[in-house]
Amino acid sequence: MTPAPSPEVLQAPLVVEFPFTRSLGPVQSAFLTGLRERTVLGVRTTDGRVLVPPVEYDPVTADELSDLVEVAPTGTVTTWAWNPASRRGQPLDTPFAWVLVRLDGADTALLHALDAPGPDAVRTGMRVRIRWAEERVGAITDIACFEPYDGAEGGEAVPHSGEFTDPVTGIVAPARLDYTYAPGRAQSRYLKALGDRTTQGERCPSCRKVYVPPRGACPTCGVATDEQVEVGPRGTVTTFCIVNIKARNLDIEVPYVYAHIALDGAGLALHGRVGGIPYDQVRMGLRVEPVWSEDSRYPDHYRPTGEPDADYDTYKELL
Amino acid sequence: MREVAIVAFGQSHHRRDSAEVSEVEMLMPVLHQVLDAVGLRAGEIDFTCSGSSDYLAGRAFSFTMALDGVGAWPPISESHVEMDGAWALYEAWTRLLTGEADTALVYSYGKSSPGDLREVLTRQLDPYYVAPLWPDSVSLAALQAQALLDAEDAEDTGADERALAAVAARSRTAAEDNPHAQVTGSPPPETLLDDPYLVRPLRRHDCPPVGDGAAAVVLAAGDTARRLCRRPAWIRGMDHRTEAHSLGVRDLTRSPSTRLAAERAGAFEAPADLAELHAPFTSQELILRRELGLGEGVRVNPSGGALAANPMMAAGLIRLGEAAAAIHRGAADRALAHATSGPCLQQNLVAVLEGDVL
Repeated sequence: MTPAPSPEVLQAPLVVEFPFTRSLGPVQSAFLTGLRERTVLGVRTTDGRVLVPPVEYDPVTADELSDLVEVAPTGTVTTWAWNPASRRGQPLDTPFAWVLVRLDGADTALLHALDAPGPDAVRTGMRVRIRWAEERVGAITDIACFEPYDGAEGGEAVPHSGEFTDPVTGIVAPARLDYTYAPGRAQSRYLKALGDRTTQGERCPSCRKVYVPPRGACPTCGVATDEQVEVGPRGTVTTFCIVNIKARNLDIEVPYVYAHIALDGAGLALHGRVGGIPYDQVRMGLRVEPVWSEDSRYPDHYRPTGEPDADYDTYKELL
Repeated sequence: MREVAIVAFGQSHHRRDSAEVSEVEMLMPVLHQVLDAVGLRAGEIDFTCSGSSDYLAGRAFSFTMALDGVGAWPPISESHVEMDGAWALYEAWTRLLTGEADTALVYSYGKSSPGDLREVLTRQLDPYYVAPLWPDSVSLAALQAQALLDAEDAEDTGADERALAAVAARSRTAAEDNPHAQVTGSPPPETLLDDPYLVRPLRRHDCPPVGDGAAAVVLAAGDTARRLCRRPAWIRGMDHRTEAHSLGVRDLTRSPSTRLAAERAGAFEAPADLAELHAPFTSQELILRRELGLGEGVRVNPSGGALAANPMMAAGLIRLGEAAAAIHRGAADRALAHATSGPCLQQNLVAVLEGDVL
């Protein structure tokens, strides 16, 4: 049981998801295309061993390998592990055994799942065969799994050209990981204060600089920043740029100004958009204040306060 | 050859969940601990090297956030490995050997609690043939354990399920003396065998706890080391080796990379009195003991080892740190430290540490 985190710390789900697109070399292309055609290919090394699954370079000698051979879809379990609860993305939904299988004709073993009724039905040395996926696309998952097999042993590996019509040249491997993100004490306090439309910095006990947003540590002194200081709400534009490229999914008309803004009392500038003034009238030293839109958890943009510009000397250290 | 030593070691209290602190907030007290021990400020360190993993954090370039904790402004000489901190220590050691630096700060950290570690670790596997099957880290270790149990020489290694449980019981009982450990104390091996399998043949006690933690060491060369530490832990040799990526190519019951790294590090030139082995799974300790030729006279993992606390990316550095700390306090004269990374002992690092005879 995981203890509940202390109440002052924020948490939120964070999903990292990406469809990795990977190109294949000649050996991997032949192997994965072969699986699509229910043909298992290996590669013969210079010293005569047959590697299944095949690789392009010998793991022992580093020789480049391209001598493809075909092996049997039957083989022998070299080791196994009973997995009582299938996890997301694994080959079978039911309990199954992970197995390393040395296919007949091969000298090395392939990792996959074995569909078996229970752990007592699995042992090292047992005979198995490939169960092909009904729909095959040229991927390791074209092998749905292995299943027990009591037929004849397959023969030696035989040479294979590795040539297929319409070979697969790449795979797309979707990956998704789920996290619970917790930003820690300092950033939690900062985000909570923003919820009340105030900005909290933290002061370094050593150099006295006030960091905003605070991360809990002073990067100059390497010590914790734990004295909380309310900064702003007004601030000074220290430097800026004019953005002329419209960002996708962002409803802001170009050109607009993106600026470094040193909030009053802060020891460094943060980023923000400047609005409420023509883009070509924004200048260093311009005094600004945050504009909150309804339900927003952070300022939408900053607008001029109408005060006189700040003197350069007051913000020159904050550029 | 320049003499280089570990002169300080610190680590966090490793815990299942540390949601209340960010990585840098977790790391900073440990950095202060080692810097205070040698009386140096961050700016006085010549070289800094860290180990961590973006996949644990779920964020790109996550190590840059932790740099706030070392005081990286004004700019420092810094490097990072996307591996266990033991490999960061190796990089720092080579830097000191070149003479470009006299002192180095090495740290590493990992928070496993935000994600599902067994799934996260699948992302280090071969992306073409293996990762699309999502085999989790415990299952891969179970394949290795079963291979060891089935091996023809299993009687020689004493590898049976009771022997595995004995490794767990000894480690977690030893951890009662380690205030940083996450899991301490154990019923006797016979009782452990009553537990159900997690992934057969592994039970929960055969597996490391999942947790968050950080560690740091300070390295120093020659007279600087003698000035900073009463009894420096001299690194007499260190080497790391890797094995074929594909699990089906390897004999999972052996670890030739560990043996070769140990040989190159000089581990077999004289007997050690202590060994800190990074064996996250019980079966891996039996494999490592055989490769390193460790007899009954060697104290193995008096800290409790990775079975008592296995913060990802820090647990290997902790093995080096625990071995060094034993030398610092006079509890060992010659110690082996081992770190591993990747599935089924894929990559292995061995260091030989010695203290001066006082």
